[in-house]
Amino acid sequence: MDQNKRTCLYDSHVKLGAQISPFGGFDMPIQYKGIVEEHNAVREACGMFDVSHMGEVAVTGPEAERFVNYIFTNDLTGAPTGKCYYGMMLHPSGGTVDDLIVYKRGDNDFFLVINAANIDKDVTWITSHATGFDVKIDHQSDLYGEIAIQGPKAESIIIEELNLPVADLEFYSFSTYEYNGDQIIISRTGYTGEDGFEIYASNATTQKIWDTLISTGRVEPCGLGCRDTLRFEVGLPLYGDELADDITPIEAGLGIFVKLDKPDFIGKDAIAAQKAEGVKRKLVGIELQDRAIPRHGYEILNADDEVVGHVTTGYHAISVDKSIAMALVDAKYAALGTELKVRIRRKTFPAVVVKKKFYKKSYKQ
Amino acid sequence: MSKIYYSPSHEYIRVEEDGTGFIGISDFAQHQLGNVVYVDMPEEGDEITAGEDFGAIESVKAASDLIAPVSGTVIAVNEALEDNPRLVNEDAMTNWIIKVEISDSTELDTLLDEEAYKALCENEH
Repeated sequence: MDQNKRTCLYDSHVKLGAQISPFGGFDMPIQYKGIVEEHNAVREACGMFDVSHMGEVAVTGPEAERFVNYIFTNDLTGAPTGKCYYGMMLHPSGGTVDDLIVYKRGDNDFFLVINAANIDKDVTWITSHATGFDVKIDHQSDLYGEIAIQGPKAESIIIEELNLPVADLEFYSFSTYEYNGDQIIISRTGYTGEDGFEIYASNATTQKIWDTLISTGRVEPCGLGCRDTLRFEVGLPLYGDELADDITPIEAGLGIFVKLDKPDFIGKDAIAAQKAEGVKRKLVGIELQDRAIPRHGYEILNADDEVVGHVTTGYHAISVDKSIAMALVDAKYAALGTELKVRIRRKTFPAVVVKKKFYKKSYKQ
Repeated sequence: MSKIYYSPSHEYIRVEEDGTGFIGISDFAQHQLGNVVYVDMPEEGDEITAGEDFGAIESVKAASDLIAPVSGTVIAVNEALEDNPRLVNEDAMTNWIIKVEISDSTELDTLLDEEAYKALCENEH
């Protein structure tokens, strides 16, 4: 078996005593002190994550906008420079190749941030569909480290400790800054439901930012364990759980990121048909009365004990202290208030369909 | 005097003089798991079989099967864990999960004593 990759901050994680596990082809820190402490630090103050495993692809050239619009579900037509766009790349079937954020750096200059587990698949996908477009595709994952700084104190900590003026950055926008003699990108984005920033920089500068912020004692180093509990509570999808090659964004409730009124893009016809005919299954929230925890893959049953879906992500959620899950179920059972059951090992537990946003986001608007 | 045995899958059994035993997870195991948020326990009267799962213990991140160190009949479950599973983190050795009537005490001979278990944990760490 191939050795897992390591990010530029791997040695720092080991030094901090992190529990390391494989994720998306990388050996990543899952937790340092503990998932609960780290989760709460992000909700209440500030947490720092190494997300250097994320992939980066630059798309430039005279037809870059036309090309990215062709492989991406959100609409970049006339998009202002300095804005971030969330959306998906789709198969012709409407299933999801990946979900990603596109940074518009300039006219015909885009920076695509993709999931670690999908880097090889995405780069092949993007490259193979570029035939006939006058574009340059540059896979840059090895050039960039990425740190996410998340929580209500993230803004003041970056301003005071890194001397970077990020106060004016709006949600889902970014700017380029000089730091450590390097050009770095900072966006007001994240994956926690809290205000926060993501910083893209060279490996050396990423290390410098990490060390600087750790030394202040004002940020809690956070692993991927709490990144998952945080994103889950605010209903954000994870590729591999809520999105997959055979799950469409419409089924996942992400239709607002698919713009059917823009020019042709891969998967458009399938999505248009699915919208017209209605989806056969839908992603819903479910809540249990019991403390038992519905985990990924567990079966969802109807009153007659027929399997009508499965859990995509579930936890005994930290900020809401309930056993809750997201689940992909037959559309007949997707209405709020529908009573279902979850099979957890030998037993079944009653559950009810609720809204997927279990915890309120606190973005700065 | 009671005597404590361990399984390689990190359960312990504290055997009392009357032939009953308290089964729980080791301190090493609770530390590895982190915050325990749920313990899925069998019911009184259930039969358990050595080497097979009798329930599960869940941290925030994952569910782990509880493997029976011996065969027997469940004569009590620790109901305090239903409301407060974190007790396992506070003191795993005191906060047992089930109490069993051991059906074949020779199965105890296949388990590890304190010293052998310590050596196993050091290897895994």
